[in-house]
Amino acid sequence: MEWGAPSVTHALLFSVFVIASCGLTYELVAGALASYLLGDSVTQFSTIIGTYLFAMGIGSWLSRYVVRGLIARFIQIELAVGILGGFSAPALFLIFAWAGAFRLALYLVVLIVGVLVGLEIPLVMRILKQQFAFKDLVSQVLTLDYLGALAVSLLFPILLAPHLGLSRTSLLFGLLNVLVAAWALWLFRDQLPGQRWLRGQCIAALLALCAGLVAADWLTTLAEDRLYADEILLTRTTPYQRIVVTRWKDDIRLFLNNNLQFSSRDEYRYHEALVHPGLSAVPGARRVLVLGGGDGLAVREILRYPTVERITLVDLDAEMTRLFAHHPLLTVLNDNALSSPKAHVVNADAFRWLEQNTETFDFIVVDFPDPTNYSLGKLYSNVFYRLVEKHLAVNGVAVVQTTSPLYARQSFWCIARTIASAGFNVTPYHAYVPAFGEWGFTLASRQPWPAPDHYPEGLRFVTPATVAAMLQFPPDMGPIDAEINRLNTQILVRYYEREWHQVVQQ
Amino acid sequence: MNRRQFLLTLGAAATAGGAYAWQQDHGKTPPLPPGDILGASNTVGHRLRRMQFPEPSATEKTPVIIVGGGIAGLSAGWKLQRAGFHDFVILELESEVGGNARSGQNAITAYPWGAHYLPFPTQESRAVRELLADFGVLQGDPYAVEPVYDPRYINFAPQERLYANGLWHDGLWPQVGVRQRDLEQYRRFQELMGEFQRQRGADGRKAFAIPIDFSARDPDLLALDRLSMRDFLLQHGLDSEPLHWYVNYACRDDYGCRYDQTSAWMGVHYFASRDAQARDAASDDVLTWPEGNGWLVKRLRERLEPHLCPNAIAWRLSELDRAILVDTWHARENRSIRRLARLVIWAAPLFQAPRVFRELAAARTTAIAEFQYAPWLVANLSLRGFPQERRGAPLSWDNVLYDSDALGYVVATHQQLAVHQEQTVFTWYHALCDAPPDQARRQLLETPWRVWAEKILRDLSRPHPDLRALVTRLDLVRWGHAMVRPRPGFVWGEARQLLLQPQERVLFAHADLSGYSIFEEANYRGVLAAERALTALGIPFGSSCQVFGAG
Repeated sequence: MEWGAPSVTHALLFSVFVIASCGLTYELVAGALASYLLGDSVTQFSTIIGTYLFAMGIGSWLSRYVVRGLIARFIQIELAVGILGGFSAPALFLIFAWAGAFRLALYLVVLIVGVLVGLEIPLVMRILKQQFAFKDLVSQVLTLDYLGALAVSLLFPILLAPHLGLSRTSLLFGLLNVLVAAWALWLFRDQLPGQRWLRGQCIAALLALCAGLVAADWLTTLAEDRLYADEILLTRTTPYQRIVVTRWKDDIRLFLNNNLQFSSRDEYRYHEALVHPGLSAVPGARRVLVLGGGDGLAVREILRYPTVERITLVDLDAEMTRLFAHHPLLTVLNDNALSSPKAHVVNADAFRWLEQNTETFDFIVVDFPDPTNYSLGKLYSNVFYRLVEKHLAVNGVAVVQTTSPLYARQSFWCIARTIASAGFNVTPYHAYVPAFGEWGFTLASRQPWPAPDHYPEGLRFVTPATVAAMLQFPPDMGPIDAEINRLNTQILVRYYEREWHQVVQQ
Repeated sequence: MNRRQFLLTLGAAATAGGAYAWQQDHGKTPPLPPGDILGASNTVGHRLRRMQFPEPSATEKTPVIIVGGGIAGLSAGWKLQRAGFHDFVILELESEVGGNARSGQNAITAYPWGAHYLPFPTQESRAVRELLADFGVLQGDPYAVEPVYDPRYINFAPQERLYANGLWHDGLWPQVGVRQRDLEQYRRFQELMGEFQRQRGADGRKAFAIPIDFSARDPDLLALDRLSMRDFLLQHGLDSEPLHWYVNYACRDDYGCRYDQTSAWMGVHYFASRDAQARDAASDDVLTWPEGNGWLVKRLRERLEPHLCPNAIAWRLSELDRAILVDTWHARENRSIRRLARLVIWAAPLFQAPRVFRELAAARTTAIAEFQYAPWLVANLSLRGFPQERRGAPLSWDNVLYDSDALGYVVATHQQLAVHQEQTVFTWYHALCDAPPDQARRQLLETPWRVWAEKILRDLSRPHPDLRALVTRLDLVRWGHAMVRPRPGFVWGEARQLLLQPQERVLFAHADLSGYSIFEEANYRGVLAAERALTALGIPFGSSCQVFGAG
């Protein structure tokens, strides 16, 4: 074996190890990032690994066209990989948060980094081919290549991802790539023309990556802030949910577990439509029950009726009702409804509370989150509505939040049918709430619901004429066949999952 | 640095990293939660072997004595009570009645210690239907083709899921990674079982009925009893691995034996006998409660409270000319009481009978020796929170692991109506069927709590890596003789037939007589014995067992 210039050879072999580990790092970072942001880790990892390996193939093939100035090209490729790979994680974070077209950017980055990494090894082999017999060359280079991959694949899950985070990991390995370039520049300082230019590029890349490392946290925060587009006013994590209130200009929004509950700009439409068609149909209503609705906005509407003596609000989450009873930003929204002497807040599970109480009510509002899972689905079952029926006074009316008849048509009619199966006359209706789109409600009563001919003063949305329109269902929202939602089938959860899945895909 | 040094350094680094990772992993394993082995049945029951009981210090007259407060004994008492007869006691060895359907209760929920559900009762299970109607579970006409059941007691969705290939599958049949031929065989098997379900014997009876007494006796059907369920599958050209797992699981779950130890007649019976319908429910839905069938035990206990006599071992039974003598040791007072009865309903496991009833005919004693029993282990794990869910089907009532010698776990809080549940109890089941019953029973009794707890947590940690840290308590109940084993040749063999011949004054009433252990059979045997007792006593009653004329 010939050892022409041992130090240079060893240095290049070591750089193969570094290059290989850097290359695998970018691939793992991209895979982890995509799994983190898009979910479905199996798909993300396999498509990214596939794209990356394919791109490396392109790179290897392209290497034949690099004919002159091998070392200078090698250094430039290192710099390019360092910058592009190094900044890949923070850049993708920012693109996801700010720009959209995330998938395109992701695969583009993976493709380009892959091509560049694919160029590296053939070039190194050609640089080294003077020093080695071919069989030794292949054996040495590939051994170190695979060892580099092994080292990173062990380090990444144990140390890098958990302790450094994805952004800093990619930036750090970018820096390593650039250092390999700088080292090569120094080793081959005698053989390289135009060194100053290359040196300048090296320094610029080093500075950029160092700056990136310093600013990594700030970049990440920038991206995460953007995911919640608006200013976050408050967040609370309770045993039951995560409450987030945001503000953008004069629009205050409430999110529960990242689902929008209301926007202060148009919630009056939702709550007027929820309360008045039902309550105005029970003249002289005295006792009212609100299930869910811990934001107090429905209670605010109910308080417009002077005959109402007592409003019982049953909401699971004490933190939610406490916030909407005391937080100045939120009590403005519900006009301090929860502090009214007529309002009585009970923090309990609605199903259990109904089972354990015998009180009857003239008007009942059922305003629960949509049936997104089997637990919530119980609150839309025939057993639940039978229980509601037991608590409704002879001439009473109940109203049920019934999800969107447009986006979840079968779910909507499933709920209406289920309520009917509990022995009610049902009157489904719908209203347009800009923050939600078309939204549906169902009135339940023992006698057919008499359409009220007048409503309280000061409403902005509900009038006899608008209510008459709400009762009309155009063909795309009209009744369709649906099974009754029973506890042993929970068919509604299946309908709902399928329908909203289709909406999201469109 | 030369190449060798470099590689050595790298190797060392990798080793150090691995060691670090292992240590991290190892250091994080939380200690075992507190827990215990509950139930005294083996120590109390073993007194029967030694027969060290004080001679009776008092004598009472009790017209009817029911020995054993499991489902058979309680059902017998229930039937006597419904006929207006109240002069009976139920003697129970344990501190609680309920037998296999006993349950527990903690601050979180009630939970089962054994039987945890009841399929919709068949047309032939009249007594079960009457019982359910009596307790408000069945509403309206108890004999309707499609009775109405209280929906709170019908198993809520999602009912069951299977953990296989690292993924939870909806239902008990894996959906991902199953080949076309497996699916075809599964379909063929279902068709075959459907045919058996529709089949009628020469006498017009169902080929496979619950209670088993109502089944047709055509020789070609009974011939299946001489075959094992595994051989039955192979004879039908069914060799699919997941299908064999599925059938084996069914046998382990219902009979406590593997499918190669189960009579093919009994194996087919599992799939072909449950044809009952219910309004607004699928025919394979079941009735269940947080405490499993313990809910029915509670209702029976409320009715029968004045007749119950727990902590009482009947240790001597002897037929006198005008009465039957029953000597019972009462553990609390440590004294024996002699009772003189006109009739005794033996609703305890049959294997205990010859020890107590010394004059039992030799043929019957020999026949009883043919009865083998499967040992079971049941654990209840209290959890401070629900384990994190992985991808796939959501947490269900029954959660089964494909690659496990245990049977999976049931979620006790599943049947609660409350939407938000913070804590829960998992009930974990294990039929010890891999060793001969005697050996498995010894293993069951000799293995300390700590070893079982480790095994159980390891089993459940595969789908739930975070489970161990969530467990606040892990209790065990060991069932040495949980259920009679329906092994090939036994179900329609001579021993069982001989014991089915009614005796005059000591009426056998245990589910053992049916050759397998389910609620419906225990209830039927108990009610049938009670009806015979009522007939003997000359008390009128409406029969709950006369569908075709019981066997």
